[in-house]
Amino acid sequence: MQHDFYLAWRYLCHHRVRTIILVACLSLLATLPLVLHVMLDEGETQMTARAESTPLLVGSRGSALDLTLNALYFNAANQSRITMAESDRVGQTGWADPLPIYVRFHVRDHPLVGVTLDYFDFRRLTIAQGNMLAMLGECVLGADAAEAFGLKPGDSLPTTPENLFDLSGVYPLKLHVAGLLAKSHTPDDQAVFIDLQTAWVIEGLGHGHAEGKKPEQSYGLPFSQVESHRVHDAKLLTYTEITPENLDSFHFHGDPSSYPISAVIALPHDRKSSTLLKGRYIGNEEAVQLVQPLETIRGLLENIFRVGILFDAVLALVGTAMLLALGLVFALSLRLRQRELQTIFLLGCSKTKVLRLVSAEILLLGLASMFVCLALLEFIQLYAGGLVRLFITP
Amino acid sequence: MIAVDALRFSYPKDGFCLEIDEFNIETGEKVAIIGPSGVGKTTLLKIIAGIIRPDSGKIHVDGVELHQLSDAARRNFRITRIGFVFQELELLEYLNVFDNIIHTYRINPVLDLDYSVRERAHRLADDVGLGNKLARMPGELSQGERQRAAVCRALLPNPRLILADEATGNLDPANKSHILDLLFEAAYRANASLLAVTHDHELLPRFDRVVNFRTLLAIRHIPLFAEGRGASVLARHL
Repeated sequence: MQHDFYLAWRYLCHHRVRTIILVACLSLLATLPLVLHVMLDEGETQMTARAESTPLLVGSRGSALDLTLNALYFNAANQSRITMAESDRVGQTGWADPLPIYVRFHVRDHPLVGVTLDYFDFRRLTIAQGNMLAMLGECVLGADAAEAFGLKPGDSLPTTPENLFDLSGVYPLKLHVAGLLAKSHTPDDQAVFIDLQTAWVIEGLGHGHAEGKKPEQSYGLPFSQVESHRVHDAKLLTYTEITPENLDSFHFHGDPSSYPISAVIALPHDRKSSTLLKGRYIGNEEAVQLVQPLETIRGLLENIFRVGILFDAVLALVGTAMLLALGLVFALSLRLRQRELQTIFLLGCSKTKVLRLVSAEILLLGLASMFVCLALLEFIQLYAGGLVRLFITP
Repeated sequence: MIAVDALRFSYPKDGFCLEIDEFNIETGEKVAIIGPSGVGKTTLLKIIAGIIRPDSGKIHVDGVELHQLSDAARRNFRITRIGFVFQELELLEYLNVFDNIIHTYRINPVLDLDYSVRERAHRLADDVGLGNKLARMPGELSQGERQRAAVCRALLPNPRLILADEATGNLDPANKSHILDLLFEAAYRANASLLAVTHDHELLPRFDRVVNFRTLLAIRHIPLFAEGRGASVLARHL
C-alpha cells in the first residue's frame, strides 16, 4: 500500500499542472455548496441578530417586511409615515419604552436617520471620536459612512436635496459632524444619525431666519402684541446651517405630535407587556400595525432558504455533470497513459495492482481536494461575516 | 535453461508467423541471436519471458514449463527469475533513476524491497556509472545512461536468465562494451544464462554461441500470401 501511494504521489507530482487543475475542479465542486451554506447561515445569523434585538415595531399599515427593512436596515423603500403621536401612545401604555425613528432623507447614498439619544444606548453604539449629538443641526456618522465621506468631528456635511427642481421642496441643511461611531458591523455603520428635531428641520417643519423689524405702525394690533410683533421684507433670510449664533431663531410650527416618523421601536418591559401591547394593535380599525421583526425576517429567510435549496439542486446537477466530465477526463488520461501502463505490465505488474495504483491516485487527489476545500471553508468562515455584510445584509 | 519445442506463434492480423522446431540454451550459456529486423527476435524473447503466450509448443525455462502456469504464477516466475532488458528501455518518466531501478520491487508483492535490495541497487548504479545520477529523471539522461539504468533494473533481482533485446543499441563502442561486461559479469556471478539479441557483430566473439535467427525459423511456414511485415520477412529469407 505504501508503494502504491508513493508511486501515485510521484506521478501526480510529475504531472503537477494536470494535478493542480484536477484538484482545483474537485475542490470547487465540494466547496461551492458548503460556502453557500456557510454564507446563508451567517446571513441568517446576522439578519436574525438585528431582528432579535428589536422586539416590536410600530409603523403604518402595509408591508411588514418594508416596515422592518426600513426601521432596521434603513431601506428607503418604505415611504409610509406615522406621527409622533404613535410614539407617545406606546409610551403612555406603560408597557413599553418607545424609540421613534425617522428614515427619509439621504446624505449622498447614506441614509440620514433621525433618532433620539436612547437609540444609541439601545443599539449599544459608542462614540469612537468626538461627541454625541448635543445640539440641533449636529450629526454623528456610522463608521462606514465616516470612512466613505472622509470626515472627522468638526467637519460639516450638507444633506442631499430630494429634488433639484422643486423650489418649494426640502432645502439641504449643512450638518455639523459632532462625532464618529465605533464600528458595530450592523447597518448603523452606514448611517448618518441626527436628532429627530433636526430631521424635522430638514423636513421643513422647523426653521430659523433673521429677526424681522419692529413695525413703525401698530396696524391695529392689540396693545399686548405690539411689542413682540415683527415684520419681514421679501428678502427674508432662512438659515441653511444651524450655528450657536442662530440656534435661538430656530422654531417649529404646528403640533409636535403630528410630526412625521417612520416607525417606533417598542421595547416592552416584560413578556406580559409585550403580549398586551400586541393586543392593542390587533383591531382592524387601527391605522398602524405592530410587527415582530424576528417573525418578518424569518419569513424572508425562509424564502432565501428556498433559493438555497434551488442552488443546492443546481449545484448537485452541475456537480454530477462535472464528476462525469472528470471521470471521462480520467478515462481518457488512462488511454493516454497506455504506454506507461504497458511498461508496468511488462515489468510484471498485475491488473489488480494497476487498479490499486489508479485508486491511490484518485484517493490522493480526493485528499488534496478535501484539504483545499477545508482550507477554503476555514478562510470563508473567517471572513464570512464581512462577506455577508458586503453582499447579503442590506 | 531454455528449451523451446515446436513453437508456433502468429499475428493473424498481419499474417506474421513464427515457427521454431527446436531451440535450447544451457545453464550459464551466453548466446547471441542475430538476424534482420522484423523477423520475430523480440517476439521470441517475449515468449521465453512468458509475456506473450504462443499458439502452440512447449517452452521450458529453468525446468518449468512456462505456459502451463497460471497468469499470476507465470508473472511471479518472470519477475523473480528472468531479467529483461527491453529494446525500448521502458523507463517511467515520472520516476527518478533510482526509483526506476527498484520499480519492479514496488509493483510486485512477491518481491520484498528491503535494505539489501536498496544497497544492491546503489551498487549496480555505481558499477554502471550512474551512482551520482540516481536522483535525475530519465528525461535528463543521455541514451547511454538510460540504457544503463534499464540494465540495472533487469539485473537487480539476480535473475537466473537474462534476456537482452538490443541492450547495446545506439551506444558508442566503449559503452557497448561496458554494458556487455556488466551483463556477462552478472550472468557469471549467478551462473545465469544470457540470451541477447544484437546487431553489433563486433561483440559476437564474446558470446559462447551465436545463433542466426534465420536458421531457427521453419521458413516453409512463412505464408506466401502474407502482406506487410510477413511479406518483407519472406523476401528477406528467400
